[in-house]
Amino acid sequence: MNVQTADILLQIATVLYFSSMAGYAGFLFNRKKAYQKTALYLISSAVLLHFISMAVYTLSTRYFPIQNLSQSLSVSAFALGFMFLFVQYKSDLKILGVFASALLSVIMGVALMIPEAPVEKNEIFKGFWFYSHILLIFTGEAALALGCGTGILYLLQEKGIKTKTPGFFFKRLPSLDFLDDVGYTCLTTGFALLTIGLVTGFIYAKAVWGRFWSWDIKELASVGTWLIYAALLHLRFYSGWRGRKSAIMTIIGFFIIIFTFIGVNLLIGGHHDTFTK
Amino acid sequence: MPDIILIGLNHKTAPVELREKLSLTSEETLLALDFLKKDQDIKEGLVISTCNRTEVLFIPESNHQTGNDQTEKIIEFIAGHKKMNSSEFKSALYIHKGDDAVRHLFRVASSLDSMMIGEPQILGQIKQAYRIAVENGGSGVLLNRLMHKSFSIAKKVRRETGIGDNAVSISYAAIELANKIFTDLSEKRVLLLGAGEMAELAVEHLLSNNVKEIVVANRTFKNAVALAEKFNGQAVTFEEREDALIHVDIIISSTGATDYVLTHDQVRRVMKKRHHRTLFFIDIAVPRDIDPKINSISNAYVYDIDDLKNIVESNIEQREKETVKAERLIDEAVLKFQKWLESLAVVPTIKALNDKITSIVEMECKKTLSGMKHLTKEDMEAIQRMTQAIASRTIHDPIRFLRNTGCHRDDSLYLNVTRQLFNLGGSDEE
Repeated sequence: MNVQTADILLQIATVLYFSSMAGYAGFLFNRKKAYQKTALYLISSAVLLHFISMAVYTLSTRYFPIQNLSQSLSVSAFALGFMFLFVQYKSDLKILGVFASALLSVIMGVALMIPEAPVEKNEIFKGFWFYSHILLIFTGEAALALGCGTGILYLLQEKGIKTKTPGFFFKRLPSLDFLDDVGYTCLTTGFALLTIGLVTGFIYAKAVWGRFWSWDIKELASVGTWLIYAALLHLRFYSGWRGRKSAIMTIIGFFIIIFTFIGVNLLIGGHHDTFTK
Repeated sequence: MPDIILIGLNHKTAPVELREKLSLTSEETLLALDFLKKDQDIKEGLVISTCNRTEVLFIPESNHQTGNDQTEKIIEFIAGHKKMNSSEFKSALYIHKGDDAVRHLFRVASSLDSMMIGEPQILGQIKQAYRIAVENGGSGVLLNRLMHKSFSIAKKVRRETGIGDNAVSISYAAIELANKIFTDLSEKRVLLLGAGEMAELAVEHLLSNNVKEIVVANRTFKNAVALAEKFNGQAVTFEEREDALIHVDIIISSTGATDYVLTHDQVRRVMKKRHHRTLFFIDIAVPRDIDPKINSISNAYVYDIDDLKNIVESNIEQREKETVKAERLIDEAVLKFQKWLESLAVVPTIKALNDKITSIVEMECKKTLSGMKHLTKEDMEAIQRMTQAIASRTIHDPIRFLRNTGCHRDDSLYLNVTRQLFNLGGSDEE
């Protein structure tokens, strides 16, 4: 077992992600269950291989594969795939696979294409708090990404019904209430994971740098993102921000996440920038 | 080869008065089946009678290939039974033979020949007609096969084309919309504004979808109570309608009011109170009851009768496009059935049987002899001759039986059995 094996497994997983996307595209146009089933099998095996690849890498190098941008993207894709399978299992929102498989393919395509920066071994990227922080933040953001996906589906369905022109998506998408429910589940799950993830991050920071908060730009952006989602949930609870408004907010929220995740590191820097070199 | 003949009239060839006159009740259908069975020249027969068509499907005895006499006899029977002159409806009749008859039946079963293309009832009606024919001993090998093929092609058409996809009636379109707005209609409450006949009809449709509760509001409270009682619901006065909106999800309005009975401001106020949970307004009144501006409130959807009509019309167009695909599937099925029919002829069956046995004998003989190199050439030839003789003796009687056609028996039955017993292909179900 070595890094090469991990790489090969990752490439196979990527091919499977792409084939799954093709299967979901077939499902979107033909609405045949066989397409969706095949695509789901493909994506499940891709996630499994992806996991094995990460395990192989970790065992052979003694480091979690999150040392540069390529690896970070790959981990985020894994988290997304894992979360998608979870949501699929929970809610059976089949059409969400179209969004998830496409996003996965894009992330993995980019991850494999960008030149890999040399990995610097840094002893501080280890330990329970570090791993919990990463795990929670990535799965949380994956859940919010799926929330964005359901939000897009909601807007597509809602537009058709509101303008009285039920078209291509009318038959293919489930009811508005159902999409709203799934979106809400993604939102609360993601928010909960994100919250604990941030807390573990602070604890980790205290252990490594001796302080919880260091006014780092990434810290600020993360807390900003968290506040936006907190506001969205609050509005939903107390002002009835459901349906369309909530869908738009989850989409905006996800774009802010992308900015926090990559944009901040690339444009500004900060003490998270190792992960996206 | 036996022929298949279909005589009938439908909504395309006959006006409704004529269809009504010639439509057969279930007793009359039985009589007609009896008539077909008693006729010496008709081997198998089946009668289809729905509100849009009356058709007789039959297979003449093989010694009367053209089937013209039987066709005349059937027409005269129906004319006699209905006390009409056959010339009164003869011009409306179509007579399909062979492939055309098969295609026609497949199209009917697949709902391509229906007045409302893609309507799902016809398959059930055809199945029912077949069941009655089977119970009365009217159908045999050929019709059994033909009818089962028509069921499977109908299902295939429904599965692989969008012919039955979209709602083509207003109440169904409304329910389809409701199902795309709400996850589970059985948890939703419905408010009826107006207690007229229209409201009643709409509710009957919804009730078959099992809504949670029905609330009726009407200007004449007495009528509201009456309707609510009928549906096990609750009645409120017309003035309470705004408060009623807080707890309901679907509103069906059909009052005779000349002005809007629900305004934009009213609904906006209510929306806050119900925490912006979704409201679906179905306005079937003319002039309209529900202010169309309500549709601009978020999580409120207003459909009036014209909106629903538009959806229905575009759905009908969509269905007609799908028929092209369906016709192709049917053409394929007709070809397949034709092939099966041809395989039922005597000569190909005997040939297939002969080929099969000969090839088995040859193969086994070769296998055995290849392990017995000590035998002389003459010995081997003797053994080969013997095995061949066994084979031809074995199938001699069956072949003689098959050759001896006619004699008042159903050849297709025995041919079909032979093909199935010896697995000769052509008759195996795919």
